[in-house]
Amino acid sequence: MEFVVMSMLNGITYGLLLFMLSSGLTLIFSMMGILNFAHASFYMLGAYFAYQISTWTGFWPGLLVAPLLVGAVGALVERYGLRRAHKFGHVAELLFTFGLAFLIEEVVHLVWGKVAVDYRIPLELDGTLFSLFETDFPIYKGFMMLVSVGMLLALYALLTRTRIGLIIQAALTKPEMVEALGHNVPRIFMLVFGGGTALAGLAGVIGGNAFVTEPGMAAAVGSIVFVVVVVGGLGSLAGAFVASLLIGCIQSFSIALSISITDVFALVGIALPEGSQVARLTITQLAPILPYLLMVAILVFRPRGLMGSRES
Amino acid sequence: MSAPAIRLAGLKKSFGASEIIRGVDLDIQPGERHAIIGPNGAGKSTLFHLISARLPVSEGAIELKGENVVGLKPFEINRKGLSRSFQITNIFHNLSVFENLRCAVLWSLGYRYSFWQRLAGLADARLRAEAVMEDIGLARRRDTPAGILSYAEQRALEIGITIASGADVILLDEPTAGMSNNETEEAVALIRRVTEGKTLVMVEHDMGVVFGLADRISVLVYGRIIATDVPAAIRCNAAVQEAYLGTSLNHD
Amino acid sequence: MGRGPGGGLMTDMVFRRGRLLLWGGCLAAALALPLVFKGGFVISLLCQMGIMVVFALSYNMLLGQTGLLSFGHAVYYGLGAFVSMHVLNLLGKDGGPLAVALLPLAGGLAGLLAGVVLGYVTTKKAGTTFAMISLGIGELVAACALMFPGFFGGEGGVSGNRVVGKDNLLGFTWGPQIEMYWLIVAWAFLATVAMFALTQTPLGRMANAVRDNPERAEFVGYDTQRVRYLMLILSGFFAGIAGGLTALNYEIVTSETLNAHTSGVVLLMTFVGGIGLFYGPVIGAILISVMQIVIGGMTHAWLLYFGLFFLFMVLMAPGGIASVLAMQRTLWQARLLGRMLPHYLATAIPLLVLLAGLVGLVELAYALLAGEGATAGDAASRVLGMDLYLRSPVPWAAALAVSAAGAAGLYWIGGRMKKAWHQTLSTLQGDKA
Repeated sequence: MEFVVMSMLNGITYGLLLFMLSSGLTLIFSMMGILNFAHASFYMLGAYFAYQISTWTGFWPGLLVAPLLVGAVGALVERYGLRRAHKFGHVAELLFTFGLAFLIEEVVHLVWGKVAVDYRIPLELDGTLFSLFETDFPIYKGFMMLVSVGMLLALYALLTRTRIGLIIQAALTKPEMVEALGHNVPRIFMLVFGGGTALAGLAGVIGGNAFVTEPGMAAAVGSIVFVVVVVGGLGSLAGAFVASLLIGCIQSFSIALSISITDVFALVGIALPEGSQVARLTITQLAPILPYLLMVAILVFRPRGLMGSRES
Repeated sequence: MSAPAIRLAGLKKSFGASEIIRGVDLDIQPGERHAIIGPNGAGKSTLFHLISARLPVSEGAIELKGENVVGLKPFEINRKGLSRSFQITNIFHNLSVFENLRCAVLWSLGYRYSFWQRLAGLADARLRAEAVMEDIGLARRRDTPAGILSYAEQRALEIGITIASGADVILLDEPTAGMSNNETEEAVALIRRVTEGKTLVMVEHDMGVVFGLADRISVLVYGRIIATDVPAAIRCNAAVQEAYLGTSLNHD
Repeated sequence: MGRGPGGGLMTDMVFRRGRLLLWGGCLAAALALPLVFKGGFVISLLCQMGIMVVFALSYNMLLGQTGLLSFGHAVYYGLGAFVSMHVLNLLGKDGGPLAVALLPLAGGLAGLLAGVVLGYVTTKKAGTTFAMISLGIGELVAACALMFPGFFGGEGGVSGNRVVGKDNLLGFTWGPQIEMYWLIVAWAFLATVAMFALTQTPLGRMANAVRDNPERAEFVGYDTQRVRYLMLILSGFFAGIAGGLTALNYEIVTSETLNAHTSGVVLLMTFVGGIGLFYGPVIGAILISVMQIVIGGMTHAWLLYFGLFFLFMVLMAPGGIASVLAMQRTLWQARLLGRMLPHYLATAIPLLVLLAGLVGLVELAYALLAGEGATAGDAASRVLGMDLYLRSPVPWAAALAVSAAGAAGLYWIGGRMKKAWHQTLSTLQGDKA
């Protein structure tokens, strides 16, 4: 019981963080048709910016400033890079963001070095929020949940209550209509791209110190976010939400399960032959590949994704 | 009597709540030249997309030469001898005119996915592509990338790709759209020439083309066929006149 | 070659003779190179180049010819390398130089098999979805590699010895690096010929058709999914051959060979060389291999420069180096190249100045930040062969000034070149019409 509740809470925390990334990615993809390969790099930039700011002024200003900075970088990238690449088609756009991811990682190497930086949880958030059957739940995880949910509600309000939100929503279903209505589409694109990357930056600010801030963090999270988007269904915000939580929980449960595949089969009454390397693997060891296996399963059995409506 | 080339029975198509094709029944005989006309938004292109399996059918049956083809994929229907053109030019832009046509004949000549035969050695594919190229008047543009042809040339190539495989049921979606009078005349002559002895179904707005080419005409209005008859009878049909709200059908 | 056969400028006969000459010339040059450059360093570099040529060409079967952007192509290369290495070790004393020479075939078959299994999942989709799935599958295989140390050798990888038995094959034991080079040249040549031949077959041409317009391909009777699947399998075969060559060449295979980084490098090489023409990836593989060794040996910031160079190519010359060269050839044939040459030269000057300034800035930053921490700026550091005080504003201001001058010059002269370029282009098109 304790195990289930704790794993569930951890999974939701991680899942919400993933959703902060996948929602931005989905919005950008739906609006502009661009799969932003560098999305997780903006997540990384958020963490590093916040670290840098925290060394000067502490954690709290960074929480606000770092995402804004990341969003500004994103908007500039859209304005002066992507918009040009757009003329050469989708492959060029995808390659541009791929090159950008590559470049951002090198810049991070250059500026902050190749090893992890000491980006810490602020003292006032360091501690135990509550204990459940002798397992502690840290305050910071509660804080992460709070920020994620707050962001989620703000995003929801923005999409449903404001004019620009309505335009974005319209573009999700009928991309070509928005242009026909005479809106300044390039500027909306820049806003969406900047907003999406700012969200990724915010995820980096609160995720960087919960996990680890290092140059490899973009690649590690990036591929998981892509899995989320494929599993949820390309272009579906609801799908991204469900898939984020699903993958968050799969990760947290599998990390905590140290039983082996042999044990699992034994539970349902099947005895596997001894000695096979596969059978001796524990679920924990399998944790890194479970999201990808889920993706393969989805592709084979439900190619549109959980909630996708578009065939691509 | 043999089975109709195309038989549509109770065909329906909905997008969400809106029903675009609302129960179409139609038999088109082998060798017939059949035109489908109707006001904008009547569902003419949608009907073509259903027959050629570009869109899935919501309800009803489609038979091609007596065989049910609902649920097949576009390439499977093509292999059964139905070929179509598109309203918006749909060609291989980076390939030359000759390569476009050669691609169109490869499957019907049985070369399938071969990666052990040299294209240059396939005389039958070359000859057939060259014959079609001659037919559509693009022989002198043989090596030009299709993407930089003029509009009329691209439309001709579109028809060429459609007929190249030798399919005996041809669907042409507005073959003369956007052409000048001269170009239209040439296109009509071309269509007449290359569909000799085949079943032709076409969607067309230009009434001159329709009445010049078609053996029979169907009028599609709001997803239903309100009349199917020979051109002379369609011209006098009161319901058709009404549907077109007084526009004369004698000229465009 | 490549994009559209029959550029239409030459008749078939001349075309074919020219092509034979070109292939023969390339083979002769590859064989002659080690006679000119005798150093062991150069031979190693040449070996690496040969392997990368095969790898990049196999990648372009997907990207350039079928329009599939893959972020996980290293999977086929890496699996080919691992299987080759295991076969080599299994051969042990029973094998001989002939078996070793044929080993890349085992790698190829492994790549092919991997293509059959993994490609079934990835090629269900095209476009952006394919790109994402290829990435996911790549990560899956890379993660598996760390999970099964029995096969993948864990951190240390799997190593072996390519000299097997005491016999020789026509005098070759494959021991010396130069003998390995001959083997690589032989395989690279065969693989390149085979991959070129493939572009001239019904499947190769239909792959182009599927790239250009999948919908139309379906309506001329082709199952586009099947075309993509077959192309991926064949591409996996050639990537596997490249992997087998790597295993033999380095005598060690680590999980690095099948991870995302390797997938990224082959993508960058192929794209920079040019995906629209058959020989583009060859140029890319050779150029990037040389730059990697030469510039990578000079500065730690090599990958940064590489990233910038790649972005520059994406934005300025999306057809890659090959298309730029092909364009010059067209101009030359139309006797228009002379008109552009002065502009090229004039533009090169501010471009080089700008480049020098930017390199200066990057190197200064690198010396300051990646140096010995906070004390780095106190003593003189060697940057670009100069002893500079990094805390002093002088070198920074100088680098900045050089960059600014270059940028201003480029803006001015580049604008004039652009104008001349458009004029020349319209003359060219006028000639053709």
